[in-house]
Amino acid sequence: MGGQKKGGARVSEDAEEQSPQRLQAILLADSFATKFRPVTLERPKVLLPIVNVPMIGYTLAWLEYAGIEEVFVFCCAHAIQIIEYLEKSEWYSHPNLVVRTIESHKSISAGDALRYMYEQQAETSQIQGDFVLVSGDTVSNMPLADLIQEHRERKKKDEKAIMTMAIKQSKSSSLTHQSRLGTDQLFIAVDPLTKQLLHYEEDKIDHPRGSVCLDKSLLESNPSVLVSNDMQDCYIDICSPEVLSLFEDNFDYQHLRRHFVKGVLVDDIMGYKIFTHEIHSSYAARIDNFRSYDTVSKDIIQRWTYPYVPDINFSGNRPLKLGRQGIYRACDAVLSRSADVGASSVIGYGTKIGDGVKILNSVIGNGCSIGSNVVIEGSYIWNNVTIEDGCEIRNAIVCDGVKIRAGAVLEPGVVLSFNVVVGRDFVVPAYSKVSLLQQPTTEDSDEELEYADSSSGTADHLSGLNLQMESKASELGPDGAGYIWEVCEGAHDEEWKHSVAPIPKDKLAEITQAIDDDDTDDESVVPTSGELKSDADSINTDMNDPNDDYCYFEKEVEGTVLRAVEENIKVDLVTLEINGLRLSYNMESADCAGATFYSMMKLAVDTPHNSASELYKNAASIITKWKELLGFYVKKIDEQIEVIMKFEEMCQEPPKELGPLFTQILHLLYDKDVLQEDAILRWAEEKAGADETDKVYLKQCETFIQWLKEASEEEDEDDEDEEDDD
Amino acid sequence: MDFQVVILAGGFSSNLVPLVSKEVPKALLPVANRPVLSYVLDLLESNNLKDLIVVVEGEDAALKVGGWISAACVDRLHVEVAAVAENVGTAGALRAIAHHLTAKDILIVSGDIVSDIPPGAVAATHRRHDAAVTVMLCAQPVSGPSESGGSSGKDKTKKPACEDIVGLDSWKQFLLYIAKGTEIKKDTRVKKSILCAAGKMELRSDLMDSHIYAFKRSVLQEVLDQKPAFRSLKQDVLPYLVRTQLRSDVSSDQNNVEEIGNGKDNMQNNEVVLSQILSNASLPSFHQVYESGLDSRKTHKCCVYIADESKFFVRLNSIQAFMDVNRDVIGDANHLSGYSFSAHHNIVHPSAELGSKTTVGPHCMLGEGSQVGDKCSVKRSVIGRHCRIGSNVKIVNSVVMDHATIGDGCSIQGSVICSNAQLQERVTLRDCQVEAGYIVCAGGEHKGETFARK
Repeated sequence: MGGQKKGGARVSEDAEEQSPQRLQAILLADSFATKFRPVTLERPKVLLPIVNVPMIGYTLAWLEYAGIEEVFVFCCAHAIQIIEYLEKSEWYSHPNLVVRTIESHKSISAGDALRYMYEQQAETSQIQGDFVLVSGDTVSNMPLADLIQEHRERKKKDEKAIMTMAIKQSKSSSLTHQSRLGTDQLFIAVDPLTKQLLHYEEDKIDHPRGSVCLDKSLLESNPSVLVSNDMQDCYIDICSPEVLSLFEDNFDYQHLRRHFVKGVLVDDIMGYKIFTHEIHSSYAARIDNFRSYDTVSKDIIQRWTYPYVPDINFSGNRPLKLGRQGIYRACDAVLSRSADVGASSVIGYGTKIGDGVKILNSVIGNGCSIGSNVVIEGSYIWNNVTIEDGCEIRNAIVCDGVKIRAGAVLEPGVVLSFNVVVGRDFVVPAYSKVSLLQQPTTEDSDEELEYADSSSGTADHLSGLNLQMESKASELGPDGAGYIWEVCEGAHDEEWKHSVAPIPKDKLAEITQAIDDDDTDDESVVPTSGELKSDADSINTDMNDPNDDYCYFEKEVEGTVLRAVEENIKVDLVTLEINGLRLSYNMESADCAGATFYSMMKLAVDTPHNSASELYKNAASIITKWKELLGFYVKKIDEQIEVIMKFEEMCQEPPKELGPLFTQILHLLYDKDVLQEDAILRWAEEKAGADETDKVYLKQCETFIQWLKEASEEEDEDDEDEEDDD
Repeated sequence: MDFQVVILAGGFSSNLVPLVSKEVPKALLPVANRPVLSYVLDLLESNNLKDLIVVVEGEDAALKVGGWISAACVDRLHVEVAAVAENVGTAGALRAIAHHLTAKDILIVSGDIVSDIPPGAVAATHRRHDAAVTVMLCAQPVSGPSESGGSSGKDKTKKPACEDIVGLDSWKQFLLYIAKGTEIKKDTRVKKSILCAAGKMELRSDLMDSHIYAFKRSVLQEVLDQKPAFRSLKQDVLPYLVRTQLRSDVSSDQNNVEEIGNGKDNMQNNEVVLSQILSNASLPSFHQVYESGLDSRKTHKCCVYIADESKFFVRLNSIQAFMDVNRDVIGDANHLSGYSFSAHHNIVHPSAELGSKTTVGPHCMLGEGSQVGDKCSVKRSVIGRHCRIGSNVKIVNSVVMDHATIGDGCSIQGSVICSNAQLQERVTLRDCQVEAGYIVCAGGEHKGETFARK
């Protein structure tokens, strides 16, 4: 990194030390994600053009405009390319903004990057105070000064307020549960008065569906909590220096949100707080995937991001001329008279467009040549692309240097990486990603680990591959070049969700259907609490429901027993553990007996079985093996009766598999000396007076009880006989 | 207004023993020397709701309540008294009187409310949104409605116990989530589907359900029929409706009502149309948006009316609440009592007799025909009718009901003396309750005790 630094800047830094804090920003020029593969194998994401300007250009221009005086550009993958760009585009010599680059090839996540910054900090103390943390793929025009001021004032009052994050209203679709930027829906809870962030939850990652779970302490400590679903995280954070040290302290923090924000929210020892700032009128979005690429491009064309629009020079770009209907055209673009350029399109410098071409809602870069009778709709054609006659391109991204031979068709959602050649009349199937580079055979399952394998030397790589291509039969037709990447497992959903193409109608219908099903599922999941609780008096008592306690206790015991069975733990140890639970939940020995028995039987039911007899075998083996454990708690008659009652209860629970086996298992328990006959007979007596519905199982085992009775009578007789003998 | 009002007056609530007895059901407990039920009736009358059904648990209690009502307000209100079996729960009570319910909407009011929140506003909100159910929420009272005793002392240092957790939409019109306050001890789970539909939900733990509900009759009856296990409105019916609002099982919707309307009378039909127009006048609610997105789906609306914070609201559901409400009605919330206060902020009935050097402080009430001996001091207390109070008696923060007799030299603090009870000489009571007709022996010193015959 040292080589990139300007000597003069350092001097001025020292001079300014006494002056009020200069506004600094850390720009992560790496997304640490794989969403833009295969394109990002050859070029860093921040340099991908969006409406013909690299993303980082938008970010830097905005930071400069927002009054940031010094920005640290943190480069990992393709660092050389980024530095080259910064030099070429003269950001290094900008009068108002000092740009410094920091290079690290070891960092594989945002967390690593910030830890690296922290280490550097020790030597150079570059970060002097609060700083803005953004990634290089942010397009925004929001003013930062107020936000920073707000953050500083809050920090003065409350030392623990270490971060302010910008959020913006954006309702996610009720069908796909994803925002228009293609990110998963976000659930955040905020204190409506202080705007403190209380809960942060991304769909899918945390709880796949169903419900948002707020920690109990939240509502206890806040009388009012605002849970929103219609907010979008802009990934623009104002951080205090503590943030860096927090990353240092928690070396397992990788992702800014999933780890850092969550970690801070959960950690109540340090008590750090994160606040939110809702932006209303200005624009802020992060280009996280192909869908957001599409959305942000459209927003730029429709001038939501003003002044960062194609007809204004903001980052060394040559401004285009804005015509009617949002058509931007370079002055030297050559259009055939019969070419039809529709609304919201951009045509770059040096581009030639042939006869009968139809262009709609598309961006075409510099130096492209497009043959005749080509249809381009909703697509992004980058620079120096050659499209021959009669091609059809719909909702695709076509990178630099691609050649599309005559008559080829790109179906929606296709991404063609650099220098790919599509063969004559070849139809590239929907959602395919095509690259000259072969797909890495072992895809990293952890998406954090992007770039790790591709951080350097892609250029050599590429040339080597090019040679290879020549000899190999192409997957894109005989005269094509490129590999169609296979969709990695589990990403089938991502395909259409994150693609540039709009979601097809049939998918939508499918989702609608799925939602219907989901909700019916929900119903069964949601405990119908009211139906179970019969305390009808509408007066609340603050007492803890003992039933609840028992439920928890039972669960704990179940867990313990399950673990014991799995790991084959000694009975002594299990009893010790269950005793511990008993004390902490203040339960009786009978409860232990019930719960232990319950978990054993549940285990039997949960073990796969095909028939009732198999189930019985399961139960028998478990009871035989663990009877000692049960025996520990069923020393008294009452406890044994509790076990029988519990068993009865279980039998009534759906799916009622145990019902028919009631007698058999009861007999087994008797045989194994878990239950004594007194207990069984007492239970039978007690039950004799019960309702008819309650007596199902009593009736079922009538013969067994009869037998027991007779046996005991015999025994008694024997005893008497014996006595007589004496 | 096509509203029928059901007052759930309860029976002999076990929480209020020994204050309630065979003679005095909960509804007739005196608050500032008027039965608590009279406050509800006055409140409804002032909102022009005059068609009332009072539901009482137990025949005996019903007779008592009926007797009082016929004496007190037969000329003003049209009141029916219905007796239901004891311990059927609020939902059970409604099931039992279902055949009495004919109006399009039903307003259900708990009979133990002392408040100045207008129930008419709930009714209006209900109509405006064409809601299936509308719930009145009010601010949590500062003193905390929880029972007296150890727990309240602990809570006071922090804040009042949480009664309910409610989730509201951003305009505070709809009820999206409700849970009992006791569940604050657990993690709160909010369904994503409703969050997605509504966008935002504000979870509040500082509001409480005031037990004033407006139900659409068809919805209420359908739920009661379909779910025979439901026993309580608050704990079963309301959460059920809130939970299912985006996939309504109840055929509450306009079609159904319209069918009835077509058959019966046109008036009702017109009203339905009118309410539809009204509810559509503003932006479509998220319910409608959601419904339009999914064709097979029906929704119903659960609305809220949030009472102004300045309004007074107490439910008489514990002994502590009884003490509080008596104190408040002659103190801070004296506009509710219906009495005019003297310059000393107290009410001493003209027929009451005070001995020499006896003082009756502000926020006190002395009922008709009561006699107080010499050198007594009464502070912030309510004394009923025809009580006999000896000399040198101190009564602070207490309620003495009608016909009680208090001997010389007694000292009573924070206690309730029920009617006809007798305190012999020099009894000292602190935080005690004395059952009706009980005799406390002379000279005893008691703290926190309950005097009742077994």
